[in-house]
Amino acid sequence: MTKRVGMEVSIAVAEMVKMADVDVVAVYPITPQTHIVEHLAELVADGELDAEYIPVESEHSAMSACLGSSAAGARTFTATASQGLELMHEVLYVASGMRLPIVMTVANRALSAPLSIWGDHSDVMAVRDTGWIQIFNENGQDVIDNTICAFRIAEHRDVLLPVMVHMDGFHLSHVIEPMFFPEEAQVKAFIPPNNYPLPLHPSKPVAMGDFAPPFIYTEARWAQEENLRKSKETILAVWDAFAKEFGRQYKPVESYRTEGAKTLLFTMGSFSETAMTAIDKLRDEGLNVGLVRLRLWRPFPFEELREAVKGAETLIVLDRALSTGGPGGPVCSEIRSALYNENPRPKIVSFVGGLGGRDITIAGFEEIVKRGMALAVKGSGKEFEIFGVRE
Amino acid sequence: MENLNVYAPRLIPKEEAFAPGHRACIGCGEVLAVRLATKAMGKNVVVVNATGCMEIIASQIPNTSWNVPWIHTLFENTAAVASGVESGLKAMMRKGRIPQEEINVAAIAGDGATLDIGLQALSGAMERGHKFLYICFDNEAYMNTGVQRSSSTPFGATTTTSPSGKQSQGQFSWKKDMPAIAVAHNIPYVATACPSYPFDMMDKVKKAMNVQGPSYIQIFSVCPTGWRCAGDLTVRLGRLAVETGVFPLYEVENGKYKMSMDVPKLKPLTDYTKLQGRFRHLTPETLSQIEAKVVEKYNEIKAKANGEVCA
Ligand SMILES: Cc1ncc(C[n+]2csc(CCOP(=O)(O)OP(=O)(O)O)c2C)c(N)n1
Ligand code: SF4
Ligand SMILES: [Mg+2]
Repeated sequence: MTKRVGMEVSIAVAEMVKMADVDVVAVYPITPQTHIVEHLAELVADGELDAEYIPVESEHSAMSACLGSSAAGARTFTATASQGLELMHEVLYVASGMRLPIVMTVANRALSAPLSIWGDHSDVMAVRDTGWIQIFNENGQDVIDNTICAFRIAEHRDVLLPVMVHMDGFHLSHVIEPMFFPEEAQVKAFIPPNNYPLPLHPSKPVAMGDFAPPFIYTEARWAQEENLRKSKETILAVWDAFAKEFGRQYKPVESYRTEGAKTLLFTMGSFSETAMTAIDKLRDEGLNVGLVRLRLWRPFPFEELREAVKGAETLIVLDRALSTGGPGGPVCSEIRSALYNENPRPKIVSFVGGLGGRDITIAGFEEIVKRGMALAVKGSGKEFEIFGVRE
Repeated sequence: MENLNVYAPRLIPKEEAFAPGHRACIGCGEVLAVRLATKAMGKNVVVVNATGCMEIIASQIPNTSWNVPWIHTLFENTAAVASGVESGLKAMMRKGRIPQEEINVAAIAGDGATLDIGLQALSGAMERGHKFLYICFDNEAYMNTGVQRSSSTPFGATTTTSPSGKQSQGQFSWKKDMPAIAVAHNIPYVATACPSYPFDMMDKVKKAMNVQGPSYIQIFSVCPTGWRCAGDLTVRLGRLAVETGVFPLYEVENGKYKMSMDVPKLKPLTDYTKLQGRFRHLTPETLSQIEAKVVEKYNEIKAKANGEVCA
């Protein structure tokens, strides 16, 4: 049976990776991801996890080594954040384009310059179009549950795509939380052995990574696109199976107190929990508001999003990243475009905040909602509002 | 000739790991080296290929020349990918997920991919001690993108990014000594080779595959297109590079240098340079300056080998 433990979330992630019995871990340290890779090193050193631990010399090589081991058919894990994720950038496209089921935890962090080790979603947004499945999480329980699900999703025959499991740097990576821990046997049963269809092996030579002239490149990209979109079916099925086995249900878009709400606040990641408390308070004040949390970032859950906002007149989206010189919040601009052709179409207000580890309190969320509601009525004439900035 | 007919088939396997029909230029020394090196590797190998001529000429969808398992991902990460393949196979064998057997991993890359953009990844993989063979096919420039200079381009050579002109004599720096960098990683086996000496080259590949740990071979690969020379000079130019001391053949086993062949009297440098358009602009003064450096480098390596020459 599952037991409740209090543990730092990063350590718990490493424990899940151990339970998933990975074959290869190729990692390079970066704050706030370090505790995951340090604990994995310990687990391997103590013989608790039988894996090859490759302490590579850069994140570019971390992801490259992952390509190699995954292509050989080995279950492969890595973790990174921020500059590390950016250094991996070109390799990420290869992982998805070559259909390699690598699982990676990203301890979301801001990007330089100026240097900031603290959390936001700048790193994620820069790798938005890399073709990875991307799952956001609110708390430690979500993170460990989705770490387990990630292996089953990635390696599923109908998917064969890499998966990023996002957790906010420090706000999640470094907190000690109570979590329900599964039994190792349960996890092993939940994740069938990796059975990569055409691994690199002399018994059946395959050529991987050939180059595509114009006559075939579009088809290759289209196949990838269809595959990523279709992966949602498997993601949903895995989450349902997880709920059956472990009793916790995940959904691409999750709603909190949205019944009859005319105004909806949108968040992604760890801020959602604070936002929930703010929503409770606003409801107590008699405001007709609810919260929508986006869990599945890629493939983008268009249908679920449209369903979740039905009946709402105002959406207030909080982004923890800034699309500089552009529309402001990247999540908001995706939501806008997803809803543009809807009739009726809600008013959408974009906020950017929580950058580089800046906290947003419960009162802060209340202010965002109230200001958002006012802006929706009178209009702001701006692409987005930046929250809490000292000018 | 009669003797050759008898012995050659015994020395070189007939089976092609690298099939014909690829798009390499006529007289390409690199592709000749790949063909022979893969014959020496045998069937139990996984090849990891960097972006560059050898990848582009042989892997256009829907065709491939590769008859052994082969993977190409990017330009600068080949050693890292190879370390992943090696680790993946090792872990899966240890855990009983695939049968236990000897599978070699060979990373192949150009000089640009090796000496320049991929040096960090290669250094990391060598330092970590993965059991893999890394072959650098050294044609002394970025050929795939149109003959740009690399740090392996010899002093004075014209390339598209080191053109000779009123203010320039071509390449402004001396060729990076990559084998020495490999040796500095204390790996068990380092060698230089050239397909103009096919048996020597293949022996070295076989030897490299059998060491426990990383091995590095730099193979001198004549590129008629980039060097602006006739396509039928490939083998001859390879020999001249060795005979002039431009590209000495040697091995470094566990740190111990050994010359692969003795060149009692080096040929004049111009025997080699005059056949190539890339050196045509050089003045006799510059050529003798280069020759002095070639001799100095050659003697340095010979001194390290302490006069020891393979039988
Ligand atoms: C990150 C990156 N930068 C640049 C390139 C462009 N590029 C592809 S191959 C190549 C040169 C290859 O030179 P070398 O490694 O010497 O191999 P050769 O083609 O000479 O055999 C370059 C510059 C690339 N593919 N990726
Ligand atoms: S450019 Fe040079 S290395 Fe490339 S295929 Fe042609 S001859 Fe070979
Ligand atoms: Mg080259």
